[in-house]
Amino acid sequence: MAVTGIVFLLFLVAHAFGNLKVFYGRADYNTYAAWLRTMGSPAIPHRLALTILEIVLVLCVLLHIGSAVELALRARRARPIGYAGGRPKQSYASRTMRVGAILVVLFVIYHLLDLTFRVANPKGIAGDPYDNVVADFSNPFVTIFYVVCLIVIGLHIRHGVWSALQTLGRSNARRERSINIFAIAFSVVLIAAFLAVPFGVVIGVVH
Amino acid sequence: MKLTIRVWRQKNEADKGRLAEYPIDGIEPDMSFLEMMDLLNEELIGKGEDPVAFDHDCREGICGMCSMAIDGVPHGPEKATTTCQLYMRHFKDGDTITVEPWRAAAFPVVKDLVVDRSAFDRIIQSGGYVSAPTGSAPEAGSTPIPHEDASKAFDAATCIGCGACVAACPNASAMLFTAAKVTHLGLMPQGQPERYQRVTAMVEQMDAEGFGGCTNTGVCHTVCPKGIPLETIGRMNGDILKALRP
Ligand code: HEM
Ligand code: FES
Repeated sequence: MAVTGIVFLLFLVAHAFGNLKVFYGRADYNTYAAWLRTMGSPAIPHRLALTILEIVLVLCVLLHIGSAVELALRARRARPIGYAGGRPKQSYASRTMRVGAILVVLFVIYHLLDLTFRVANPKGIAGDPYDNVVADFSNPFVTIFYVVCLIVIGLHIRHGVWSALQTLGRSNARRERSINIFAIAFSVVLIAAFLAVPFGVVIGVVH
Repeated sequence: MKLTIRVWRQKNEADKGRLAEYPIDGIEPDMSFLEMMDLLNEELIGKGEDPVAFDHDCREGICGMCSMAIDGVPHGPEKATTTCQLYMRHFKDGDTITVEPWRAAAFPVVKDLVVDRSAFDRIIQSGGYVSAPTGSAPEAGSTPIPHEDASKAFDAATCIGCGACVAACPNASAMLFTAAKVTHLGLMPQGQPERYQRVTAMVEQMDAEGFGGCTNTGVCHTVCPKGIPLETIGRMNGDILKALRP
């Protein structure tokens, strides 16, 4: 879970930076999107780098979900009878990892249909992701869905960063506080960067 | 004080069990939770009923026997407190309190609130020891140990093996217990020879016992009557990764 989760985080950081190009205007954004396909060209074939990235991400998704399902099944087997009297306090982020993950999966499916395959996009113009993104966030329902999902993803990352570092043995008593502060700061900044795009469209800076 | 106690009654391991409700009066705020249970049992015996079976021994917070989930929280609402050291003044007159056994497949219920925690013994047996020459006590100070290591090892060694970590964990994982034992021996020079073999064997045994997997929720540490630090889990994970490296 920890290693594949870190792969997602690296992808998300790159993705958030890429998204912010939307504030440089249509030409820059679309050129950037086109470059994703011509990365390394002419040394490597068209779309090879992007395809490799996609394969790595799909493998990580399968491993991440596979481990999560195994952990959930083990947990259920390890406690066949629950408590009737209540439960101890637990952080909201860690308590919602499994429920939240379902929303994250639905979000990613919708998001791919929306902006990669463009079938769920109000415009769905090939080669013009800028227009497609603007079309998305001109619709209040799509915008609200994105905003809610991004917040849930932020919570998932907040616990995920801490959990991954603990699993990889990077935490100790002295670092524990800093790791938790880092996890919160990282997820807040990352999600703020993602939220900037719908926000930009809603206030009309991106149009 | 007057309270209503909803307590888990189960005749034996095969019995399905159920929650039974008992009103109880005449509780002093300075009684411990176990003394309140004693009072309830005296009443039950007086009426010719079977008293509620529960584990207890030292009644001074050091043996780890008094396993009870009080309103779903192992050892009740007070931080770093065992059930035997929990006093009735922390409850309100008229409260209804639910008392249940540890809930984990690896800790089968023997009777009522008594569970079988031998899974922990088997984890210890699999590697929770150091090989040391027996005979006369070694010269004090012959093995220098940095103060920080000694106190960290001691923090981990305060684990009383009560099982509250497992009982509280949403995954019913035994990570904190195992990590406490691995840390307490792994930080000491005496524990070095078996360090990596120990962590592998103990984690394998822990998994074989049917405990769940750790997802770093930290609930174990929150309920631990000894406040075993979460860093023990980080240290154990570090040792596992080293042990796995070829
Ligand atoms: C406001 C937030 C977001 C915006 C505006 C956005 C925008 C986009 C756009 C325009 C594309 C298509 C790029 C292209 O084909 O040229 C894309 C692809 C993608 N996005 Fe997002 N995205 C956002 C958030 C997220 C989040 C939170 C995740 C993951 C949890 C995510 C995962 C992906 C994936 C996996 C792809 C496909 C990459 C590929 O095909 O190689 N996105 N996104
Ligand atoms: S009875 Fe010994 S710790 Fe509570």
